[in-house]
Amino acid sequence: MTKKESGKARRLRFEIFRYNPEDPESEPHMQAFEIDEAPYMSLYIALNQIRETLDPSLQFDFACRSAICGSCGMMVNGRPTLGCRTLTSDLPEVVRLHPLPVFKLIGDLSVDTGTWFREMVEKSEAWIHAKEAFDPQAKEARMDDDLAQAIYEGERCIECGCCVASCGVANVNQNFAGPAGLNRIARFMMDPRDQRSDAEWFEVVSNSDGVFGCLGMMACHDVCPKELPLLEVYAYLRRKTLVAAFAGRS
Amino acid sequence: MSSELISTDVLVIGGGLAGERCAIEAAAAGHDVLILSLVPPRRSHSCAAQGGMQAALGNCVKAEGDNPTVHFLDTVRGSDWGADQEVAQIFTEEAPIAVRELAHLGVPWTRVRGGKNSYVIKGERVEIEESIENDGLIMHRDFGGTAKWRACYAAAATGHAALYAVDSEVVRLGITVRDRAEAVELIHEGGRCWGAVARCLRTGKHFAVVAKATVIATGGYGRIYGQYTTNATINEGMGAVIAMNTGVVPLGNMEAIQFHPTALAPSNILVTEGCRGDGAYLLDKDLHRFMVDAEPAKQELASRDVVSRHMKQRMRDGKGVDTPYGPHLWLDLRHLGEQHLTTKLREVWEICRDFAGLNPVNDLIPVQPTQHYSMGGVRVNKDGQAYNMAGLFAAGEAACWDMHGFNRLGGNSLAETVVAGRIVGRRVAEFVATSSLDVQTGLAFAAKASAEQRAIAWLGRSGAGPSVYAIRNAMGETMMGKVGIFRTGGELEEAVAEISALLADCDKAVLRSKAPGMNPELSFALRLKGMLRLALVTAKGALLRTESRGAHYRSDYPLRNDAEWLSRTLARWPADAAEPEFSYEPVGEIDLPPGHRGYGSDERIEMTESLEQYNDGVYERQAKHGRLATAELPGSRLRRGDWKELV
Repeated sequence: MTKKESGKARRLRFEIFRYNPEDPESEPHMQAFEIDEAPYMSLYIALNQIRETLDPSLQFDFACRSAICGSCGMMVNGRPTLGCRTLTSDLPEVVRLHPLPVFKLIGDLSVDTGTWFREMVEKSEAWIHAKEAFDPQAKEARMDDDLAQAIYEGERCIECGCCVASCGVANVNQNFAGPAGLNRIARFMMDPRDQRSDAEWFEVVSNSDGVFGCLGMMACHDVCPKELPLLEVYAYLRRKTLVAAFAGRS
Repeated sequence: MSSELISTDVLVIGGGLAGERCAIEAAAAGHDVLILSLVPPRRSHSCAAQGGMQAALGNCVKAEGDNPTVHFLDTVRGSDWGADQEVAQIFTEEAPIAVRELAHLGVPWTRVRGGKNSYVIKGERVEIEESIENDGLIMHRDFGGTAKWRACYAAAATGHAALYAVDSEVVRLGITVRDRAEAVELIHEGGRCWGAVARCLRTGKHFAVVAKATVIATGGYGRIYGQYTTNATINEGMGAVIAMNTGVVPLGNMEAIQFHPTALAPSNILVTEGCRGDGAYLLDKDLHRFMVDAEPAKQELASRDVVSRHMKQRMRDGKGVDTPYGPHLWLDLRHLGEQHLTTKLREVWEICRDFAGLNPVNDLIPVQPTQHYSMGGVRVNKDGQAYNMAGLFAAGEAACWDMHGFNRLGGNSLAETVVAGRIVGRRVAEFVATSSLDVQTGLAFAAKASAEQRAIAWLGRSGAGPSVYAIRNAMGETMMGKVGIFRTGGELEEAVAEISALLADCDKAVLRSKAPGMNPELSFALRLKGMLRLALVTAKGALLRTESRGAHYRSDYPLRNDAEWLSRTLARWPADAAEPEFSYEPVGEIDLPPGHRGYGSDERIEMTESLEQYNDGVYERQAKHGRLATAELPGSRLRRGDWKELV
């Protein structure tokens, strides 16, 4: 039940960033819409209601609407978060919505996270580097369940881009791996199935576009909808990098 | 070639698990592959699969004695004998390989912990000693309708983990993906498919892709049920639509719609069957565990069709919890404990917190059965080759392959995506290796022009016609209200009439926005007619099938009727016809004779002919319905009689 359910329904005012790059007459501006709040109303419900009843040209992205697919990252009153799991009952009566920064704008609240994340995966080669090909006849290699759970912890990232949008460095340095990129690197680094050497990892992560580009402002840690332990992730990467550096010297 | 015309060896429509796994197989064989995806592939609906992937590895104590034959028995019984048994056999044999391959690609499967483990089984907490020998192998959890613990899992994010691993492989192989692109029309001539016309969802511009082979892997069509589905907004069934729009490719068993017992009420967000697999209870408003009385043998873990019916009946009997959104029942996870809920069911715990403000450690979870899965789809042979259309393939939920028949077991669909992806991908690669791109570009440009014309026509309409969203909402109400869990002839007739009227309305609908670019309203309008046609085929198929089988339950024909309906529905919509045409083919060669499923009703109308008579000439009869030749002889993979030592 929403917190405001017992009282009279609120009138919500949405101020939404509008710009359609495909329309030569479109100029970036804010546009206001008003709707009545309903119980359980999320931004998924509210934005669809606005599109279907007030302005059918409004662009935004939702797919799973259950905080799993990562499509609906947006700035809600200045803070990046997932629209689908943001309940209006947790927001003031005036809600300002902007597209995520860093990513290329497609239109209104819709941004191109797909291209950004594919480039990140390509650059950091975020896949298992196995020395041997898969053997369909063999039983699976064993893994300790604690290790599987530790890998799973980092695997949970849904690439919504909220951390990237919140990151001061990613906002000014296009080559920075970004919090989600560093998390993905750490996830493969701790996976024994990925057989990259310390020296190879050092190339990927030990530079100003990698973990040493992070200024430690840690907005990423605060905004991550999946509550990934990014602080621990960076500490892990720095530690591994230093060990590799010392090993290289001796 | 211009940006308006792209050529490739293989065009894969859909960037989920089935499409991507298929693409990998074709690319690894050296072919050029292009994937079109509505969304960045990692946002495909495969990522929402939660609880597990069925594969008979037999790694834990409660999985001892499991093997592909036991899995085959469960799958065919689950299908209520509607499945193609050879396909079920192929699937269960290859599922262990596919799961292990995912481990190789990086999926962090939950592993066996050797030593004492504490589980909740049929309402009792029990301690079981897992052998040290199996420590570190892939672990299983229990799921509905299975004889053994078989579902392999990564917490409650199994689909997410599998999709990321497979997509990583797609990137590693350098496969081109065009995201925000939607296939809107197949390019075909004389029973041969040559690619598709697509619409860019960034710019609204159309482009043509000519290809030697085309694969439809677009998932299910749950959104014809409007908001009454666990499916993502992108599951609008457009793969089935473009196949049907060829006029010759049949859709199989479209009336076979699965309703998942536990969607969160009222938002209809999925809560995995893994909850009940791990020991959760279903309770009515009096907090009574009604499934123990209803299904003493399997309790909460009968198949989904059976559990959903008991739940619906319970609510009809006034035992639901009434709310302004309608009644619901409770899912009780409290006895599983915080440690379990925040690790092995972590995503469920998060969904309850984020979408209902509840903590399943202390709170009961409101649930209701909701549309979840499409057993039906583009009818294909065991190679994934579509009926009546050479060069067109389909895999995953978009296809009717058909291992699920009239009810799919939990965890079998996620496994199907990667198993079918491997197998169909191999067949696609073979097909492409022996064919050349022998197509006139004029054919592609004509298809592109006709797709463009449809968009122009929508934008050109004016006046005060109905809105596309109003039509969609009405479709959803009709489908859930009259083509739902319990069906009757009278209601189905009403549904057919209502959907037909909506089809007529669709031709009068008017857009409120003429915005240039992708224009979200236009994008949806372009899908609406196809969705209504799928809805009509589903409703009419349900009306014609006067029996109850699996998820298709007719209150006026409550028995499974093996004498008359041991068949697969095929629906074609011939070009320019006002209505779809229905025909029926044999389900395939039957090895395991029809019998009791082990749960649900044991009453049925028996076959009148012998199995030998049924099987005689079965493949020739399927060929008459459009089944094309397979790489290996039909029936070659059936291990006839292997199941006999197990029953």
